[in-house]
Amino acid sequence: MFLDGFFNSKKRYSSVENGNVIDLKGLTRVYVTGKIKVEALKGIDLEVRDGDMVAITGPSGSGKSTLMNLIGCLDTPTSGSYLLRGESVAGLSREELAGIRNRRVGFIFQNFNLLPQISAYENVEMPLLFSGLPRQKRRERVYELFNRVGLSDRMDHKPTELSGGQMQRVATARALAMDPDIILADEPTGNLDTSSGSDIMDLFQELWEQGRTVLVITHDPALARRAPRQVEIRDGLITRDSRT
Amino acid sequence: MVNTIRQLIRDTRSQKLRTLLTLFGMIWGTTAVSLLLAFGDGLHSQLAKSNAGMGNNVVIGWPSRTSIPFEGLGKARRIQMDDDDIELLRNKAYGLGAISSEYMEGFKLQYGAKVLSVSVSGVEPDFGEIRNLIPAEGSRFINPVDQQKRRRVAFLGDELAGQVFGDVTPVGQIIKLQGSPFTIIGVLIKKTQNSSYTGQDNGRVFIPSSTFKMMTGQKFISDFVFTASDIEKTKGLIKDVLRIMAAQHRFDPTDDEAISFWDTSDSAKFFQTFMLAFKIFLGAIGCLTLVVGGIGISNIMNVVVEERTREIGIKMALGAKPRIILGKFLLETLALTIVGGSIGILITLGICTVFPVLNLTEYVGDPNISTGAATATAVMLGIIGFISGYFPARTAANLDPVVAMKM
Ligand SMILES: Nc1ncnc2c1ncn2[C@@H]1O[C@H](COP(=O)(O)OP(=O)(O)OP(=O)(O)O)[C@@H](O)[C@H]1O
Ligand SMILES: [Mg+2]
Repeated sequence: MFLDGFFNSKKRYSSVENGNVIDLKGLTRVYVTGKIKVEALKGIDLEVRDGDMVAITGPSGSGKSTLMNLIGCLDTPTSGSYLLRGESVAGLSREELAGIRNRRVGFIFQNFNLLPQISAYENVEMPLLFSGLPRQKRRERVYELFNRVGLSDRMDHKPTELSGGQMQRVATARALAMDPDIILADEPTGNLDTSSGSDIMDLFQELWEQGRTVLVITHDPALARRAPRQVEIRDGLITRDSRT
Repeated sequence: MVNTIRQLIRDTRSQKLRTLLTLFGMIWGTTAVSLLLAFGDGLHSQLAKSNAGMGNNVVIGWPSRTSIPFEGLGKARRIQMDDDDIELLRNKAYGLGAISSEYMEGFKLQYGAKVLSVSVSGVEPDFGEIRNLIPAEGSRFINPVDQQKRRRVAFLGDELAGQVFGDVTPVGQIIKLQGSPFTIIGVLIKKTQNSSYTGQDNGRVFIPSSTFKMMTGQKFISDFVFTASDIEKTKGLIKDVLRIMAAQHRFDPTDDEAISFWDTSDSAKFFQTFMLAFKIFLGAIGCLTLVVGGIGISNIMNVVVEERTREIGIKMALGAKPRIILGKFLLETLALTIVGGSIGILITLGICTVFPVLNLTEYVGDPNISTGAATATAVMLGIIGFISGYFPARTAANLDPVVAMKM
């Protein structure tokens, strides 16, 4: 497809450096609510290589989501450094961070976070809209994406008219829209039954096999084992980092 | 751009009730303000018109009786003035604009079979200017040649003209006054007059004072009217007129009963102050109304932001720039303000067009949206749209995506 030209040129241009897409050093995040301070992350060192697939596990409240939000530039760290493809994210303006979220990060949420009042098509189109891609190109890209997640026949449905598994596919298509450097999924299967959860995991595995970098948070040890690398977080620190 | 508009329409549609309420508030506010200004304007010009009926800042003087004994002469002595006195004042009074004598008497008017008794004023050419007697189209007031040649010409009040001539064009017609033929040279335009000293101008006949004196043999004037060259000089001018006449007729120059004056500029000054206060009052009420409307819109937008926080969070997570979100909300309020404001102004225009049909013009004037009022309303609307859009927009754009999405 001629669109691949547009999206791949970016990839070629940015895949330099030491091969680490994500490079975290001493990352901390302290939440301050009133007088109470919660140290959600106490110093995270993590390197993720291009094309890796990482499952992040850990008990509830250990800081998994906090970490994921930092990696996805939805939140800013209290201290520590974060290099995304060798470039420091610290000190970027809100506008610049929005640009990074748009082009480099594909986020998938446990509760899908689809906009209920617009169609699946329009949901997937949103990141493309924000990037300023012309209408015709957006259209081609959205068709391609729905084809990719196997939902071409549901494009015009509202999210509420879809099953959980289908909604998460739409969300995945939306995350893939701008062909991001990393795909981040925060408990993508948390709201799904076992079989559709497994399907979504299959989809992620396919994406990884196609060379994408994928980070998935999951509570399910069986799903975690399907990733080649598992990172465990406890109490704001990485306690285990292993490969199978 | 097309996308933005499409999105805007979609968003406002999905918030039908709220949009409707906002629009209603804006329409209500604008209509109230512009109607207020329009009626204020109409009332103002109506009042100004009636006030100018007498002429602008005219002083009328009546020679009367002295009230203070002077140089051996007793009080209650009658002062009588003639044309020479007027001439003296014309040459000597300091700060005089224009002056005219006025002689008066009741005459018998005949036109065909019609016989009426009318009040006639014998006046000088300047009288028309001083007393604001504007000739209707195709007619004129008494001119210096009429005066010099003692022509038998007459200028008629509009109501009297209607009474005498009906549908016939009065100018050029011949009437008889005390049996002498007079040619009509002019008719007064329709005017509103809310004060007078010898009956309304619209029922009078005006002829040259020279002609008047010749016909009646009258020597002394009934009154004289004059204006100052500058309204501020009116008080001093009246004193000066009194002083000159005191020297001429030998009465105490401080005897202000010897000649009694009516200074209409007093009421004009009051009127001006009153109108200014009235306009400030209207403007203040208008601004307040709009501000209240603006606060309403701002509140509604705040609720909208709150309600759409999750949506904003999701959009920002997907890379929507805060600036764009800010712009979108601003645009939304501005659009609502402009649409509501325009509808409000249209309603006002409609009311202004229909109002004269009610025939209340005489009392409150016709509402009239002046360019000034329209511009002021439009500017206010713009400012309010901007301000009331800005704060909610800033709230929206300052949200952290993570925080916003959890809503
Ligand atoms: N916005 C916030 N304000 C204050 N504290 C927060 C906030 N978000 C998270 N926390 C705290 O930070 C800690 C880590 O939370 P986080 O959501 O990262 O955990 P998690 O590992 O994702 O848990 P779960 O598996 O339940 O999703 C928790 O103690 C939580 O209470
Ligand atoms: Mg979590």
